[in-house]
Amino acid sequence: MHEIDLAQDIVNLALEQASRLRATRVLAVNLRVGQLAGVEAGALHAAYREASARTVLAGSRLAIIDVPLVVWCAVCLAEVTPVRINRLRCPRCDTAAGEIRRGRELEIAALEVDA
Amino acid sequence: MTTRIVEVRAGVLRRNDEVARALRREFEAAGVFVVNLVSSPGTGKTSLLQLTLSRLRESGIRTAALVGDLETDNDARRLAESGVPVKQINTHGRCHLEADMIGTHLASFDVAALDYLFIENVGNLVCPASYDLGEALRVVLLSVTEGEDKPLKYPTMVNSSDLAVITKIDLAAVCEFDRAAAHAAIHDVRPAMPILEVSARRGIGIDPWLASLAERREAWLDRLGPAAPGT
Repeated sequence: MHEIDLAQDIVNLALEQASRLRATRVLAVNLRVGQLAGVEAGALHAAYREASARTVLAGSRLAIIDVPLVVWCAVCLAEVTPVRINRLRCPRCDTAAGEIRRGRELEIAALEVDA
Repeated sequence: MTTRIVEVRAGVLRRNDEVARALRREFEAAGVFVVNLVSSPGTGKTSLLQLTLSRLRESGIRTAALVGDLETDNDARRLAESGVPVKQINTHGRCHLEADMIGTHLASFDVAALDYLFIENVGNLVCPASYDLGEALRVVLLSVTEGEDKPLKYPTMVNSSDLAVITKIDLAAVCEFDRAAAHAAIHDVRPAMPILEVSARRGIGIDPWLASLAERREAWLDRLGPAAPGT
């Protein structure tokens, strides 16, 4: 359950940004989460509600934007998305493709604010 | 007052990553090769580490260990029997180690006088995956008693590791452990990942494991360049 720690990190970061923007209210925090970031969305939502209570972020929405896993296929010479995150193979030619290009992201993409 | 969407782009783990980067620079300057051991509880991190520390110490190689544990110092006491400096990190219920915990507990070691620093992470195949500790090598341990498909269940942890070690290999026959299936599962999640098989209890595979560590440390020192200490 590192989602509790992650939620606290998200809240701290968002508060920092909200204050920089002089926001009076934060409606949503848009979070980009890679498929391979190792984050469980349900747990993160619950932890976020807890961590954001009694702050400017209270009642705000944590909007999770899923970032698909993208690997490089050295045979097709293309960025491809494996069918499953536990089978890193090219969906076209079935070659093992371990070079990850995207899918580990865990970042705040944007804040939806009243300012 | 208007509602607007403001682009931010800020990494959630930014603070941990910054501390980890600073630690990595410190380890590189000191020429100490840092190994982060991760696995589920009961895989045998402590047993393998105990033997590793003893064997390296007998060879005159200077090591130390940091041991993460939710509540006890049982593992640290076991490891201290090997005669090398060991420091316990109690996470008090937290499921992983973070970079600043490493930084805080480093003070008790003379880092510059070490060849290796081993970090035994909290037994957990999920949470430690997200936290860079400034290590040069992340080793994931999987035991034959856990089943061949464990890597498929925990892809993030296995994929974030550099080397897989299958432990308790002496029990393979009893558990009807399918080696080929286990290797295939590891390679599904992380193609071409090197795999070693060991038994700390029977001393099986320990020489290749120590040789692999030594090779990786050499390569790491080479990459750091001629100015690096410890060469």
